[in-house]
Amino acid sequence: MVATKSIKFLVVFVLALTSFSAFAQDDAVENNLVDSPDEIRAYISHHLKDSHDFHLYTDNASGKHYGFALPVIVWTSKGLKTFMSSAFHHDDNGTVVVDKGDAKLVKYHSKIYELDANATTLSFDEAHHPTNASKVIDFSITKSVFGMLLTGLLMLLGFGALARGYKKGNTIPKGFSRVLEPLVIYVRDEIARPNIGEKKYRKFMGFLLTVFFFIWILNILGLTPLGFNVTGQIAVTACLAIFTMIIYMVSGTKDFWAHTLWMPGVPVILRPVLAVIELVGFVIIKPFSLLVRLFANITAGHFVVMSLMALMITMKASFGPAVSTGMSLVLSLFIMFIELLVAFLQAFIFTMLSSLFIGMAVEEHDDH
Amino acid sequence: METLLNDFSVGLFFMQAIILLIVILLMRKFAWKPILDALQTREDGIQNALDSAENAKLEMQNLQADNDKLLKEARAEREAMLKEARELKNKMIDDAKTEAQAQANTMVAQAQAAIESEKKSAMAELKNHVAGLSIEIAEKVVRQELANKDKQLELVESMLGDAKLN
Repeated sequence: MVATKSIKFLVVFVLALTSFSAFAQDDAVENNLVDSPDEIRAYISHHLKDSHDFHLYTDNASGKHYGFALPVIVWTSKGLKTFMSSAFHHDDNGTVVVDKGDAKLVKYHSKIYELDANATTLSFDEAHHPTNASKVIDFSITKSVFGMLLTGLLMLLGFGALARGYKKGNTIPKGFSRVLEPLVIYVRDEIARPNIGEKKYRKFMGFLLTVFFFIWILNILGLTPLGFNVTGQIAVTACLAIFTMIIYMVSGTKDFWAHTLWMPGVPVILRPVLAVIELVGFVIIKPFSLLVRLFANITAGHFVVMSLMALMITMKASFGPAVSTGMSLVLSLFIMFIELLVAFLQAFIFTMLSSLFIGMAVEEHDDH
Repeated sequence: METLLNDFSVGLFFMQAIILLIVILLMRKFAWKPILDALQTREDGIQNALDSAENAKLEMQNLQADNDKLLKEARAEREAMLKEARELKNKMIDDAKTEAQAQANTMVAQAQAAIESEKKSAMAELKNHVAGLSIEIAEKVVRQELANKDKQLELVESMLGDAKLN
């Protein structure tokens, strides 16, 4: 069982490796190394963004990038355009123009722009915003999308195996499923049941369990050297938060709406004011707190870990290579453990708060 | 804030929404539903097993109590039987005693009656005999007495005097 599963994972990896392609690219920086504070800052901010290819590492001596290209799918003014991201030749400064017949596309700071009809190169204003190009709607299989697909696949394989084990009649799971089962029970008994209530929790388990493991696995993937930063993408956390909001809005009981829009036991004059406050709370503030908390925690975690790793370069001049490397190693190891905890904690908090909000919406007020 | 908004990718949001929706639906169908059902079944099974163990324990206790009760009853019955037997024995002895007493009494009474009647008949016979003797004596006395005339008159006279006093 375990062996076949490991083989499945290996196959995914080997497939990824075989589609590797190496590119040579001229780097503007004289020695190709990321070794100055500015370059490090740029490197980190580049990492925190989504990217259109799966970049593993760069051989600085030869300037070769190792990784694989991902498909770009964009909706331009001329319709849907698809091509592999290798067409950009790892350019992120808007210099390489991909000509797709009627649409000219460039990539600048991990965003794809469509050049205006008569422009041939990208030009910028003082704030480094492109002036002669417009953003396109980008449905690309970016690194984040790839990470989400991978996570979905891992979840389906892992929990699918657990489910199949039960179906085969094993009441006690075997192998890796034995690790997953208590986690499922944990989410059910510690998160959903106490917050939503014994009667109604079952309906929301699909969402809560999926979101919990989705966020957790993505957070952990972000800590691997693969360098995913999916839960640090504001679009992703916003989407998760909006899912939660839609669920508690749709499943709100009559009681919930009565209390939100026309609070009993409060002077009538205050009721519309309270209704506005409550509505703003449920529609904007609660989802916003969800999305910002997750986004900020993960982004900050990545930023701190990468900065501490960069200490070995930035501190080399003042402390020497041994001390700076040792310091960086100890500090980043320490932060890494904290991040491992944060990875779980943020998944837990997101799920916890989601179930809390759902619990508020489906609560029955027997006392009135 | 502006960079945040700039970083917000509508396309990524859209892709995420679709992927999340698909993952939720797939996971619900292929993983969560069977897993939660199986867990529920297992937990119910454990609960049932515990309940039935508890019931069995209670039943055992009841059985034990029943046994004790039965034993007690048997003991009480034995006790009662013994008591009854004892009572029967006593009664029989008593009965025998009273019967013997009664018999003895009747016998004594009969004997007394027989003695009484014997005594009566003996007394009667004695009386008759004494009466006869008296009459004989009286006859002889009277014959002698009445041989003298004066004495006859004197007697009549005393008798009449007695009658007057009556």
